[in-house]
Amino acid sequence: MRRTFASTLAELAVDDERILLLTGDLGYMALEPFSDRFPRRFINVGVAEQNMVGMATGLAEAGFVPFCYSIATFASLRAYEMIRNGPIAHDLPVRIVGVGGGFEYGHNGLSHYPLEDVGLMRIQPGMTVIAPADFEQARAAVLATWDNPGPVYYRLGKDDTTKVAGLDGRFETERVQLIRPGSDVLLLTMGTAAIDGLGAAERLQEAGIEAAVAVVATLSPPPTDDLVRLMSGYPLAATVEAHYVNGGLGSLVAETIAEAGLSCRLLRCGVRTTPDGHSGSQGYLHGLHGISAEQVGTQIAAALS
Amino acid sequence: MDASAVRRIILEQSKRANVGHIGSALSVADIVWALYDRVLRISDPADPERDRFVMSKGHAVLALYAALHLRGWLSAEELNTYAADATLLGMHPEHRVAGIDFSTGSLGHGLSIGCGSALAARLSGSPRRTFVLLSDAECNEGSVWEAAMFAAHHRLGNLVAVIDMNGQQALGYTRDVLDLSSMADRWRAFGWDAQDVDGHDPDQIAGAIARSDRVEGLPRVLVAETVFGKGVPFMEGELRWHYLPISDEELAVALDAVSETAV
Repeated sequence: MRRTFASTLAELAVDDERILLLTGDLGYMALEPFSDRFPRRFINVGVAEQNMVGMATGLAEAGFVPFCYSIATFASLRAYEMIRNGPIAHDLPVRIVGVGGGFEYGHNGLSHYPLEDVGLMRIQPGMTVIAPADFEQARAAVLATWDNPGPVYYRLGKDDTTKVAGLDGRFETERVQLIRPGSDVLLLTMGTAAIDGLGAAERLQEAGIEAAVAVVATLSPPPTDDLVRLMSGYPLAATVEAHYVNGGLGSLVAETIAEAGLSCRLLRCGVRTTPDGHSGSQGYLHGLHGISAEQVGTQIAAALS
Repeated sequence: MDASAVRRIILEQSKRANVGHIGSALSVADIVWALYDRVLRISDPADPERDRFVMSKGHAVLALYAALHLRGWLSAEELNTYAADATLLGMHPEHRVAGIDFSTGSLGHGLSIGCGSALAARLSGSPRRTFVLLSDAECNEGSVWEAAMFAAHHRLGNLVAVIDMNGQQALGYTRDVLDLSSMADRWRAFGWDAQDVDGHDPDQIAGAIARSDRVEGLPRVLVAETVFGKGVPFMEGELRWHYLPISDEELAVALDAVSETAV
């Protein structure tokens, strides 16, 4: 999604001179589609995320649309107060682009695992929060939201080749995209966990359980109407996310069920403990934290039995 | 008119609202007035081409309200809502107030905003300048130095920082909390054109900003030596005036003192 983001932004920048790309010294082999084409509008601020976001506030006040790029932990956590007191407080079109949701930087350890970024961004009123499931949806999401009047947080994956089956690059703000039909249980997925959700659905099918899978790519403003409509038809919904279960999609869906008074039960598949220092591949870590396709399938089967 | 008018407003409004932060506002009164009376190019606070001002030490905002009022951009009625219910004139700047460019309050944020503002002017080919007022203790914040590095590396010559060196911070003297001595040298080491000035001499402040012998292209910092509570002898250098509101008796003495020092 990183490279797709950069090339999409470069396309937009041809026609709109307000677009700037700032980076906290990250984006090797990712941002070149933009930086090669617009060297004057590409600003490496150095390893200084707080300053990057603070600057973006000053740039946006003067009419620019700055995109602030870093690994999602640094872009969201290190700069959080600058995001809150800057673009959110001033309602300015600053874009925070966090790369590597969940365990995508698997071998790099906890410092590189954004597990709370969506929660932190989602609780800020006025912040649009987007977590695409694949690179095609990332492109559609950037095209649909880059010029929003207020701030936007993008949680982007690293993968620029894997397509989520059934998604076909669809994106609409405040909508949920259904990518697989099924009548027994509804899986609601965020970001690249859509792939784990689809894998779980295939395993469940072998056990005779028909699982629908949907992608929730807009976390704020929430796609409440779609969520309520979809969940009304199922006895069980399961959220699947590479994020702590508190704050992210699991919380959003729990809030939606409670506020709409739905009878649907909820199973939240996500991260429940602080990673203990054992690192490994993304697949290994999904397994360790119970969000692999197999484990999600097992949890859902148990909840339905 | 001079900064004594700013000081009178600071004292009267603090009394009316029964709130503190008086010492800090008095400390920057001359700096803020020098900027608004002689330096900032602002024909209309809504003009996109105006100079920008970031009050990074937001807790001294009453000096800014006073300057905006004296410039005619903030009515007496509005000023009299300072620190009242339902006002936009709180104890830190709010950008929804006409004439206030940025909301601040969390120290260490303003110089970054200023860098962005100055860079925006350069990218747009605009001659507008950006001024940022920092407190000395604000330089405890690491983010200030992130911004300092950026401004020097990118030679933001349209950016001016002024540091209110009153030597005090919330719980003590800066020399006892985190020593800030040789402040101008610190900024020079970061690549800035740094100059020590008397922070209570508007001529020096305005002159330092206008001076022609400077190295072109470097961001500038004025290290402005100030006295906390300046102009009111019983407040000068006294930490408690970061917190305390002022009594009727104290107000009378303070206003007398401010009038006597008026130029």
